[in-house]
Amino acid sequence: MSDPILRLEGVYTNIAQYHILQGVDLEVPRGQVTMLLGRNGVGKTTTLRTVIGHWRARQGRILFDGEDITALPTPAIARSGVGFVPEDMGIFSDLTVEENMVLAAASGPIDSARLEWIFTAFPPLKTFWKSEAGNLSGGQKQMLSIARAMVEERKLYLIDEPTKGLAPAIVSTMARALKELKAQGASILLVEQNFAVARALGDTANVMDDGRVIWSGAMAELSGDAGLQERLMGLSLEAH
Amino acid sequence: MTAAPKHAPKMAELSLADRLGPWMPVLLVPALVLLGALAIPETSSWLTLTVSGLAMGMMIFIMASGLTLVFGLMDVINFGHGAFVSIGAFVGVTVLLLLGQMTGAPSLGLNLVALMLAVIGAMAATGLVGWAFEKVIVMPVYGHHLKQILVTMGGLIVVEQLIIVLWGPEEIYIARPESLKGAITFAGAALEKYRLVAVVVGLVVFVAMRFVLRRTKVGLIVRAGVQNGEMVQALGYRLRRVFVGVFIAGSALAGLGGVMWGLYQEVITAHMGNDAMILIFIVVIIGGLGSVEGCFIGALLVGLLQNYVAYLEPKAALISNIALMVAILMWRPMGMIPVVKAK
Repeated sequence: MSDPILRLEGVYTNIAQYHILQGVDLEVPRGQVTMLLGRNGVGKTTTLRTVIGHWRARQGRILFDGEDITALPTPAIARSGVGFVPEDMGIFSDLTVEENMVLAAASGPIDSARLEWIFTAFPPLKTFWKSEAGNLSGGQKQMLSIARAMVEERKLYLIDEPTKGLAPAIVSTMARALKELKAQGASILLVEQNFAVARALGDTANVMDDGRVIWSGAMAELSGDAGLQERLMGLSLEAH
Repeated sequence: MTAAPKHAPKMAELSLADRLGPWMPVLLVPALVLLGALAIPETSSWLTLTVSGLAMGMMIFIMASGLTLVFGLMDVINFGHGAFVSIGAFVGVTVLLLLGQMTGAPSLGLNLVALMLAVIGAMAATGLVGWAFEKVIVMPVYGHHLKQILVTMGGLIVVEQLIIVLWGPEEIYIARPESLKGAITFAGAALEKYRLVAVVVGLVVFVAMRFVLRRTKVGLIVRAGVQNGEMVQALGYRLRRVFVGVFIAGSALAGLGGVMWGLYQEVITAHMGNDAMILIFIVVIIGGLGSVEGCFIGALLVGLLQNYVAYLEPKAALISNIALMVAILMWRPMGMIPVVKAK
């Protein structure tokens, strides 16, 4: 097996007096979708934010594409090829959809073929291209948030709950777009609470609890074992 | 199970009220000018006061624009911004005094060259001081508003004292360049040449700022940074560098404003920047923290209102701007053109 694109080794992260991550060990294989699962408040978002550098690891190492990025500032991590879609979408509301996308293309003008591909995945973005992003619906904002990460080819995508609070029709659109991204060979670390989406997209899965990864394995293994799900996350497929 | 409905967004036509909504603050300026025309029966007086108000507004805008961007971009409350106004005025006036032969010559060309050199000197000096101010005073207190207020106020006091050490405690009187003295007559109104120049310079600065903010990538980064700096960094931009650049540019603009304000009043003092801070804060607050357009409109409103009220009811002039701020904030608590910030 080739080197993973991302490896976390014993990562601890504190936010103020709270010890959120308590020794996270995690690997994201190249060209695969790695699911990060677990109940609310177990440290999934903190893991992603620690990787992108918004919060600093107090202890441990983060290796991206073989390089130690633990102490790098966020812009340097992003420029090394990490795309980030935060839980709150991080949309620039006062900017138009076009301006949001232009800004996301940090290395130069937007590639027209790639933009067409994005428009195919997310048609509303073409419709509202010149509109202020703040006027978009929740689902459209989420499309823009993901499209912004997709506008340039990244080595790794960190995506935090892309289907949270969205209508079923939009969830399908999101899942389709992420599948396309996956088909292009992208490496994705995806936090997702919707188990049906996780099952459809994930190749490997990591389940977190209490600030550390408590189970790693194939997504198929987890989704095929209701007892395991119940034990790890307190849910069963019947609930979905 | 039925299939999920097809996602088909529709574009709805906005109502007239919705379309006019964002323009309401802009309409306030012509509305105030019109009100002034109704309240001041003599057309010549109204015209003189209007030009005077616009000139004053433009100078306040130039001084305040940097402060609003700095606040919007990095959430820094810089009470020391007035220091750059004072430094700009002293450096600019010193250059003008050194070039006395050029400013005293009855030649528009020579006068403008002297003025340009004074402006360049003032902006370079304040840009440099701004860079040091940010590094030494502001950087250690990012994210701590109370500390920012205390430390930047302290910085202002230190700068004022340094000005007194370097230039002395006395007021310095400065005559405007020969070609900018006096007035031209238009429709029976005497319009001071210097005020007309101030209006033009203010407009040029506003258009240039808008161009940079709206039409360039750096402007895009600044506007996005005002809303959500963390996300801008996650897209790969070194926001810290952008912020330092904005701080330096804002300081340099305050320096330009200081030269213009000094020549407007024809006297400069070490605490002139501190005095101007009240007006600067009013326009930054009523404009909407972080909004250059709001700052521009706010400055024009403040300038016009102060001139009209001072003519109609001089005693009320002192409170007119506070009353304007109260009225605007009751109408739009976040300012006329609020900037949406991510939290």
